[in-house]
Parts: sequence; C-alpha cells; structure tokens
Amino acid sequence: MSDITLKINGVEVTVPQGTTVLEAAHKANIDIPTLCFLKGINEVGDCRMCVVEIKGARTLMASCVYPVSEGMEVWTNTQKVIESRKKTLELILSNHDQKCLSCIRSGNCELQAMCKDLGIEDSHFYDGERVHYDLDDSSVHLIRDNNKCILCRRCVAACEVTQGIGILGPNGRGFKAHIGCAYDVPLGDTACVNCGQCIVVCPTGALHEKDDSDKVEAALADPDKFVVVQTAPSTRATIGEEFGFPIGTDCEGKMAAALRRMGFNRVFDTDFGADLTIMEEANEFVERLTKGTGPLPLITSCSPGWVKFCETYFPEMKDNLSSCKSPQQMFGAICKTYYAKKMNIDPKKMFVVGIMPCTAKKFEITRKGEDEGKGVPDCDVALTTRELARMIKKAGIDFARLPDEGFDDPLGESTGAGVIFGATGGVMEAALRTAVEWVTGQPLENIDFKEVRGMKGIKEATYNVGGTDVNVAVASGLANARELMNRVKSGEKQYHFIEIMGCPGGCINGGGQPMVPSHVRNFEDFRGMRAKALYNNDKKKEIRKSHENPSIKKLYEEFLEKPGSEKAHEILHTHYVKRKINDINRMIK
Amino acid sequence: MSTISTVPFNGTPKQEKELLTVIKELEDKPGCLVPILQKAQDIYGYLPIEVQTIISDKLHIPMEKVYGVSTFYSQFSLNPKGKYKIQVCLGTACYVKSSGPIYEKLGELLGIKGGECTPDGKFSLEACRCLGACGLAPAMMINGEVYGRLTLDKLQGILDSFD
Repeated sequence: MSDITLKINGVEVTVPQGTTVLEAAHKANIDIPTLCFLKGINEVGDCRMCVVEIKGARTLMASCVYPVSEGMEVWTNTQKVIESRKKTLELILSNHDQKCLSCIRSGNCELQAMCKDLGIEDSHFYDGERVHYDLDDSSVHLIRDNNKCILCRRCVAACEVTQGIGILGPNGRGFKAHIGCAYDVPLGDTACVNCGQCIVVCPTGALHEKDDSDKVEAALADPDKFVVVQTAPSTRATIGEEFGFPIGTDCEGKMAAALRRMGFNRVFDTDFGADLTIMEEANEFVERLTKGTGPLPLITSCSPGWVKFCETYFPEMKDNLSSCKSPQQMFGAICKTYYAKKMNIDPKKMFVVGIMPCTAKKFEITRKGEDEGKGVPDCDVALTTRELARMIKKAGIDFARLPDEGFDDPLGESTGAGVIFGATGGVMEAALRTAVEWVTGQPLENIDFKEVRGMKGIKEATYNVGGTDVNVAVASGLANARELMNRVKSGEKQYHFIEIMGCPGGCINGGGQPMVPSHVRNFEDFRGMRAKALYNNDKKKEIRKSHENPSIKKLYEEFLEKPGSEKAHEILHTHYVKRKINDINRMIK
Repeated sequence: MSTISTVPFNGTPKQEKELLTVIKELEDKPGCLVPILQKAQDIYGYLPIEVQTIISDKLHIPMEKVYGVSTFYSQFSLNPKGKYKIQVCLGTACYVKSSGPIYEKLGELLGIKGGECTPDGKFSLEACRCLGACGLAPAMMINGEVYGRLTLDKLQGILDSFD
C-alpha cells in the first residue's frame, strides 16, 4: 500500500494509506483524547471527544474513524475543537454521578483526567433531569454502576467482540438508553463468565471488581487465624504499574516484601500450585495419549472464565477439560491438608488468600466440590491485583522502596515452568517440558517451545514426542476459544492437547489486572511487555521444569505418592457441570 | 429492575410452530432480526422472554442483542395488552388539563407502570396522543370507548365497572 503525506497542526506526517487521523496524529506525537475508541473492537466514533478540524470539511470530524488522504490538513487543538470537546464533556457530566472523591477509579478515571486536562469547571450549565440506576451487585465478581456510565460501549465490545459472549448491550433509547443485560435482569442471573474484560476497558467507575479486601483485613486482625497468601504468576509482572513502574517490570521481590509487611503469616507462591498442576495435568495428558483413559484433545482448565464458558457454550466438550483444579485451588487444597498437618494447624483456622490477575477467580472459589480441607473452602478469598495494590497503599507501605525478598518455604518454591503460566502458551510449554521427558525418558535438549509463545489469538504447533506427532493448539480470548473449539468439533484438525485462557494474551491481561488507559492500550503492546517479564523470570530460574521442583518432589514423597494417585485425585481434581446460555428459570426467578 | 412481564406466558405449540417457520424462512437474510421480531409480535401480540429466547437460540445470537433491538424501537412491546386496554391521552389539551396525574394515578391503582399489563391480564395501561376529544379533556379510552372530563376520584369507579 502506498504512503500518504498530510499535515497535522502544521507538521508533515507520512503514514500508510488506510491509517486514521487519530493514528497519524499519534505518530506525530500529538495526543487526541478518546473515550469510546478501542482499536480493532470499538471503532464507532460515538463519544465525539476525538473531533478535529479538517480543511474543507463542513463540520468537525471524529478522528478515530476518519482515514487520512493525500494533502489533508488537520488541526487538533484549535479553539473550536477545544470548545466542542468541553461541551461534550459537560453534557456527559450532566447525567453523571460526579462522586469522584469516593470513586474507586478516582486517579485513573479517563473521564476525570480529560475534565482536568480541558479545564472543566463546576458550571453545571447543562444540568437537568437525571436518570437514577440501582447498583447491580448480583455477581460475585463485579459491581455495575450505571450512574457513572458514559455509554461509550467499550464493555459491550469487550463482551461481544473480544469474548464473543454478548451479555452486555445497549438497552432502550434516547435519554433512557443504558447498558444492561437482556430484560435488564441482574448480571448474576445471566451466562456471564466473570472474566472482567468489561472492567479493564471501562473508562470510568461504572464497572469495577467487587472488593473483598475487608474480608482479608478481618482475617489478618484475627489472632486465631493463620493467614496464608499465594500470588499468581502474572501478578508479579503487573503490580508495579500501580506504583509507577513501567509496564513489564517484574516486582516479585517487592510484592513478597509488601505482603510480609501486611502481616500475612506465610507468603507463598501460586507458582508452586502451577508446578503441581503440571505434574497432574502432564500425567493426565500422557495417560490419555498412551492409554486412552479419557477423550482427546485434553484441554487445560486453569482459567475459570474459560471453564465456565466451556460449560455454557460447549457443554458437550466438558469431559475434554482436564479434571485438574486450577493452580489457585490446588495450592489452597494442599495448604489446608498437607501443610496444615505438617504445621499442626487446624484447617478451619487457616485462611488462604489468592492474589489473582482475575475476577473469575472470585467465582472459582465458590465452585462446588472445591473444598478438600474437610468442609472448608480450598481458597477463602481471591483478590485481584488491583485490590492488593489498594491494600498496600492503605497500609502505608512504600512499595517502590521496598527491598526484594523471597517467598517462604516450602510452598513458595517454584520453577520457570510455573511462572510462565501467566502468559498465553505458558501452560502448554510448561506441560510439554514435563510430558515430553516423561514419555521419552530422556532430558530435553531445548526446553523453549517458542512456537506456542506470543500474542497471536490462536497458535498451533506439532511436536514429535517419542515417535508420535502431537498436535497442540493454544487460544486466548474467548472469541478465539470459540473458533478453535468449532474447529475441534468439525473435525477439521485432530489436536491432542489444547491450552485455552479466557483473556486475550492470558492472565497478564486478566480482568483483575491494573487498568491500562486507552491511549496506551490502543498504541502499545502492553500484553507482550507484561509477558516478557515472565519469560525473563523463567530464563533466570535455575530450575525450569515443574517435575524438578524439590518441594514438589517432597510433596509427592511425603503425601501424594505419585501424580494421578487416588489421593491426588481426591484432593487436586474436580468436576464440571453443564450450563445453559439462556436460562429462563434463573432469569425469571 | 427486570422488565420481564409478570403476566404468565400463554404461548401455544401452534404459535411456536409458526414462529419457527418464520425464523427458518428469514434466518439467512442479512438484517433478519427486525422482521423476525415483527412477525413474532404479530403471532404473540408481544415479545416476552420465552419468545426472545427462542429467537436467540435459533439465530445463535445473544439474547441481549435481541432485547436491545426490541427496546430500541417503540413498535415492539414486552408486555401483552390486557382484556381492557386503557389509553390515557397526553396530547396538548389533555395534558394542560392534568392528564399526567390521571395517568400516574391509574398506574398506582393498577400497580403497574405505563406500557405494562396487570398480572391477571385484565388491564393494560399506556399513554397515547390526541384522541380528538379535546373538548372532553382530560380524556382516556378503554377498548375504544372514550371517558372524558376525568378527575382523580372518578378513576376507581371506572375501573370497578369492568369485570
């Protein structure tokens, strides 16, 4: 395609044909504000914040959807443009809560930032009738507050396009238009899979996670409770963003130090749970492959958003899901059985907190049958990375200046295989590092399975494992998962092993991760940057295969016997249910 | 607040068969949702959750999408019409003669909002524009018959006259 030269604010810019004015301006280091635009999924020109003057055009144009042309002259910051943007903001505010002081998004709200940048005053010039909406707190994982919604439809695009679900959408018309579910039933009564991708794209406080930090604070203050914390692989690659570190900074040591200073009795690592998952899942895969003990392809089950999606949209495939619990739940189960016994602690007094990149983990801890610590839940509370960051700030801990500390033994010991769980393809690579060695009985020459790395939505590879060609596939984001599952169902290609993560890019882009404002989200590969931190962490590790983790070996020697043993099945495996997409009985209730 | 109708669904197998035929006829055409919803409303008289579920399942589109469209266009109704259909005129003449409070009071007496139907299926309430009975303002119409010079205290008596 040929290049186009245009002038923006008098500066000449050359960009490929088909580029939008917004993208061209970005290339010329000119920032144009946007509220609705999300590259690739929500290019609708709705919010009118990105309007610009274009020579010869009758009116102001939405730069996010306006393609460049040769010789075009654009102005992005004239008085006319600024006045128009201010008027748009004032109109948005005329039907907005404006409770910034108590709002969870205060400080990283895109609407607030824009009002500040443009110098919006409290004129209330357009104040008039307001619509009041009740809070929707029916879900375990999020709160919907339409009083703060600006109708940008980013959440609608995330749910419908990125995830291929379409639970949220615009209802009604005109002044009564609002975002909601079918028949305006509470979100908790729908087939929502709790992924939280709607939250991470919301520019305001209209969508946010249900904050469970009060439960953790209460446990920490209770002298009878032995409070254990575990941190998911990806959280070390993202928590720094909440404290001013650049995207992709590995803050593992500072996170462990902060948790210790918050008063947790033990600071452990979900990476240990990830290594354990690999032991069980690789064993399950080898058994299914060599002995036909279950259907192929075997599909990973670490991502609770994906698991619920599979149960709802592909219930006939539920037996393909690995029966392994997720690393969070395996960790909790081992903590309340093996570790509790070892330490002579009553499991009922043990309180396990997961620090997760994920809002669906809040649903996962409520799943039936995941309570192997004799009637107590495997994991008591799942906090998102964002909730942890708020707790650290509340506790007055100067995160950036903390020393790097390690995790406690024995459930804090982990391998490079465990840490890459946090990026798409990581579970597959970790499983292959173990499964291939088990099948061949030989140590791998090269343990980097680079074909399954990277941010592509669907990845495929074939590996020769002891003379057998093993076809693997990796998908992240549920729209991609749906496409891959349809390929499996049609028999178009025979796969042996599939990894699926509910969020695009895997856990590093989970629904519980730090907010990435749209001006970064639209132009930077923030997922790739976060993933790189995990692969670097893996590279630095002395032990990079789960089955070589000494604490894992010891766990099997002392307690579980061997992968797939009866005891392992009792404690570390789970089962799945069939769910309905449109469950009228649940909606009418 | 859920907008699911409180009137029990009375769809017949014959109606469902008719709807499925309509869906089959139109499903491959782009933009088929609106014509399918129109036909569905012709068949059932309104678009309850039971009907939208069938449409969502058969077209493999999220029910929210179906619902979003059905609430965007005023031609679609989520509620059935009652045995007695009350239409309160909010046209200019009636409005200045306080038909607004009449409309509100009726909603209060019947326990429903405008556009809804009582759970027993007896009365439905909606607003309409000029009935051409401005001389009788404020006015309303029940099953085509005009009631004029309304006052708030007359309303209960009028409702009581229907069985």
